[in-house]
Amino acid sequence: MTGLAFALLLSASLAGYVMNRRAALALRDGGQRLHSLGMFHGLYALLLVLVPAFVVTVLWIMLQGSAINALTMSGLPDGVVTDAVNPQLILTEIQSIAGGRIFGEPEPWKLEAAERMNSLHAASGWLLVLVVAALSAALLYTSRRQVAADFRARQAAERIVMGLMITCSLIAVFVTIGIVFSLVFESVRFFQMVPLTDFLFGTRWEPQIPIRADQVAAEGAFGVIPVFLGTLVITFVAIFIAVPVGLMSAIYLNEFASRSFRAVAKPILELLAGIPTVVYGFFAILTVAPALRAWGAALGIPVAPNTALAAGGVMGIMLIPFISSFADDALSAVPRSLRDGAIALGATRSETVLNVLFPAAIPGIMGGVLLAVSRAIGETMIVVMAAGLIATMNINPLDSVTTITVQIVTLLIGDTAFDSPKTLAAFALGLMLFIVTLFINILALRIVRKYREQYD
Amino acid sequence: MYDTTRPEMNVDQLHTKISARNVQVFYGTKQAIKDLNVEIQDKTVTAFIGPSGCGKSTFLRCINRMNDTIDSARVEGEIMMDGSNIYDRGVDPVQLRAKVGMVFQKPNPFPKSIYDNVAYGPKIHGLARNKAEMDEIVETALRGAALWTEVKDRLQESGTGLSGGQQQRLCIARAVATAPEVLLMDEPCSALDPIATSQVEELIEQLRSQFSVVIVTHSMQQAARVSQKTAFFHLGNLVEYGDTDDIFTRPQDSRTEAYISGRIG
Amino acid sequence: MTDFPNDGTKSGGQQWASEAFKGRLAKRHRKETGLKLLGLAALSLAFLMLGILLWTLISGGAQAFRQTHVTLDVPISAEMVDAADPAAGNYRGVIGEAMQATFPDAAPDQMRALSGILSNAAQFVLRDRVVADPELIGQTVEIRVPTSDTYDQLNKGNVDEGSAEATRRLSDEEIRAFRQLEAEGRITLPANWALLTNADSRFPELAGLRGAIIGSFYALLVCFVISFPLGIGAAIYLEEFAPKNKISDVIEVNINNLAAVPSVVFGLLGLAVFLNWFGMQRSAPFVGGLVLALMTLPTIIIATRAALKAVPPSIREAAMGVGASKQQVVFGHVLPLAMPGILTGTIIGLAQALGETAPLLLIGMNAFVTAAPGSPFDASTALPTQIFIWADSPERGFVARTSAAILVLLGFLVLMNAIAIFLRNKFERRW
Repeated sequence: MTGLAFALLLSASLAGYVMNRRAALALRDGGQRLHSLGMFHGLYALLLVLVPAFVVTVLWIMLQGSAINALTMSGLPDGVVTDAVNPQLILTEIQSIAGGRIFGEPEPWKLEAAERMNSLHAASGWLLVLVVAALSAALLYTSRRQVAADFRARQAAERIVMGLMITCSLIAVFVTIGIVFSLVFESVRFFQMVPLTDFLFGTRWEPQIPIRADQVAAEGAFGVIPVFLGTLVITFVAIFIAVPVGLMSAIYLNEFASRSFRAVAKPILELLAGIPTVVYGFFAILTVAPALRAWGAALGIPVAPNTALAAGGVMGIMLIPFISSFADDALSAVPRSLRDGAIALGATRSETVLNVLFPAAIPGIMGGVLLAVSRAIGETMIVVMAAGLIATMNINPLDSVTTITVQIVTLLIGDTAFDSPKTLAAFALGLMLFIVTLFINILALRIVRKYREQYD
Repeated sequence: MYDTTRPEMNVDQLHTKISARNVQVFYGTKQAIKDLNVEIQDKTVTAFIGPSGCGKSTFLRCINRMNDTIDSARVEGEIMMDGSNIYDRGVDPVQLRAKVGMVFQKPNPFPKSIYDNVAYGPKIHGLARNKAEMDEIVETALRGAALWTEVKDRLQESGTGLSGGQQQRLCIARAVATAPEVLLMDEPCSALDPIATSQVEELIEQLRSQFSVVIVTHSMQQAARVSQKTAFFHLGNLVEYGDTDDIFTRPQDSRTEAYISGRIG
Repeated sequence: MTDFPNDGTKSGGQQWASEAFKGRLAKRHRKETGLKLLGLAALSLAFLMLGILLWTLISGGAQAFRQTHVTLDVPISAEMVDAADPAAGNYRGVIGEAMQATFPDAAPDQMRALSGILSNAAQFVLRDRVVADPELIGQTVEIRVPTSDTYDQLNKGNVDEGSAEATRRLSDEEIRAFRQLEAEGRITLPANWALLTNADSRFPELAGLRGAIIGSFYALLVCFVISFPLGIGAAIYLEEFAPKNKISDVIEVNINNLAAVPSVVFGLLGLAVFLNWFGMQRSAPFVGGLVLALMTLPTIIIATRAALKAVPPSIREAAMGVGASKQQVVFGHVLPLAMPGILTGTIIGLAQALGETAPLLLIGMNAFVTAAPGSPFDASTALPTQIFIWADSPERGFVARTSAAILVLLGFLVLMNAIAIFLRNKFERRW
């Protein structure tokens, strides 16, 4: 049905183009002087039909799901939705039945609801086609009536295009607003259940809370400090590896490497940045963690199976090209005259780099390092696969630690109920992650920009 | 202070400091200097003049092997300094550059303090055994560059905060602090205002008592004011070389005459 | 001023020639070499890690590109399979009989273990053959089916036959049975096309990437369809039309920051907005594509602006000079010239999106789905999430398959980047 709706609106707008262009050309052939070319009359009709019909279709597709869910749930027989059962879980089950994935023997009212959901979907599809058809017809009629010799079709069409482009650029802003709004909204619900101070200053993170009221289980604890500590440990390990290696690589490539070596080595280094993080995660669990354990065993040092060293180390490898390209840019941005000045005094290349270029490039490099820190804090897959799940007040990198992103993913993987503190805690963590990385990013981008201005 | 009471040295006693033989310089496949021969004397200011792109700066950068830092540059022929070829395999460019100082067109102080700027050369070459010696070297160099009175109270301030003329004199102080034997100056006044220019020119006159100074300039008046010897470059060739007075009053080559009288340039 | 040699040639010359100076010089050159070696070591470390990573994947994944098969003669008796309804036949029994015929000496309790040599898929392979051609009932057909994972590992040499029997997953007897089949020439090791043509399965020997590849394709398609026009529209407005004021500055800063927001946060956005508020289908590539589009948008905007900026103003002035409107200039002249750059940036952005995992996990694209999605609205996995699922699976066969899946993913990434480089080299102009 959706496809049909799209086909309909596309053909309607094309029809509008042809129709209005013909009409305009007919006027011209009738001896009138057109203000705009026939093509623009056609274009105006095309845009006038296409834009509203497209927006309606997209909004329809986006919003029909929640409407259908609400209708399905309200149509359930009385008494099946009780306080003891989570309506979210029922809806998820009905959805999967409707999608043809039936597990076990669902109650008949669930099957019925799933059937109703499917028929609602079909009805919604037909209704959409109908709405699009009516809307297109109305707009076609309107645009056709506007064709006249003195109609400024080009300006009208350009106004629509301009509006579209402004909307496009505002969407980027809307995305940010959407992120902030969704995070804050769910976090506020979380903080209604768990006090903010418990979250910020608590030293226990045990989000296992009872699913049923009568279940005997420990009270969940949502103190973020151990999670944050783990994130810092892994970030520190990653930066500790990435910064020296990246920096030295940049210095070598920038100062000592021959042009041909540089031309080969730089793209190879960039390869490290192009490898998906899930691959690094697999590398960490398959190769790095066992190797570290074996070395630890050989030295008599106990190393946890999911040691922070493995996750952090692999993350550090991932960040090497990031640091090195920032350092390379920063070193290259130092004016040639400074380098010449040092060399003419009889400084060796290494003295020039270490005493003159490097100090001058430090702000630029710092910006890069900060961006790398923000990346390391927000990096998810490597730690989800290779770091631990249990939050402890521990800063030993040989032990297993957990991170903010690991907790977000573990809390949200599988079925999610938007009324349990467990799910909402993930959003509170997400909000914290967003704020911290945003702060670092703004700082870093400002430093980098200032640095560039200094030498431009 | 510099010993200005010493009697003027007799020209006959001046020996040749640098002599270039059949020097050719290429940037990639483009030839920038063709078959150049010149003898530069000690304790003399030698000016290189000529229209832009004539190779004068290129040759200047050959004398302390700054062209080594440009990948595509290639130098042929020999440049003898005190009797040995600076392009010999055994010559360490780092050591050479300690002996041959250079001042650039645009003032390029390091983003460090005034003191550290001047002390940088002596520090890397290990010319001072202790802080007191270093202080003395810095003071001497700054006095030599006629900058001491202006900056003696703010030695720890950044060198980039000085005015353009002061920055250029700081760069000169930085170059003389390593006690070089030759000082190369690549259009040192082109970025300066007239007052700063005259200060630097005075300085050059004083420096002559200690070094051989080679200055590239596009200003013929400047060449006439500061130099004893002048070399005229044109399209990569050394056209004419001789006493400054002769070049400006009795040029032998028609191209020199045309340049001096302002017809080419 | 006394001991500082500032009187020119003589003492200066002595100084530069002194032993002390030469010693210092040698030390400085050693330091230089040291820094150089340190740099080279750092670079080598990075390359070494890349090398180990690739080597682990290739050496581990290569095995998964071949799959042990066993060829079996199966008599299809009419008793087991009713010609009237071939789909309902007892194919398990049919295969059991065939195995008994292959191992006539085996006792019934041994037979259960021995039938484990065949993959669970054997009966379905046979059923599909018979349903397609009911004439086969009553005849003996030769089928070639995958072995189960443990025997696949045995055939690939991953089972240490010298170790104690209790510590391995195959008994001596099972190994003997397999060797007997091998001696009869029934065991083959052909290329494992099923890796690409099958969807996911709980059995490693049957699991393939078809669902994941199609899911990733749909997600990228949605991502492209949304982010490409939006990104170009936004970039053209910001670069060519936007007045230089506070609002434009805010949009610009906003886009730069959006590019650095952690990907998992986009997953949270997708989960809260698309799934929870809009009630969209969980695990659907459409939702995945939407989330990826929002992530890719800043990349495309930044690349497009750079490409537009690279078109020299003279082109704009020339077109304006003949009376074209600003929009005609931009859409008629500037945009076509910038297109190669825009496409290059877009492909690189899409390649990043293809490898993105975390946001897809949060919107449920790690579901266990045994059928390839028929549309972007069906539940599905994507390549990176499939890798994540397989990496979590304990069976030995999934380890090799994870590496193989990664190689497939990397193959797609290399292909996309190669296209981007080709486009750049072929069409990019230097002004």
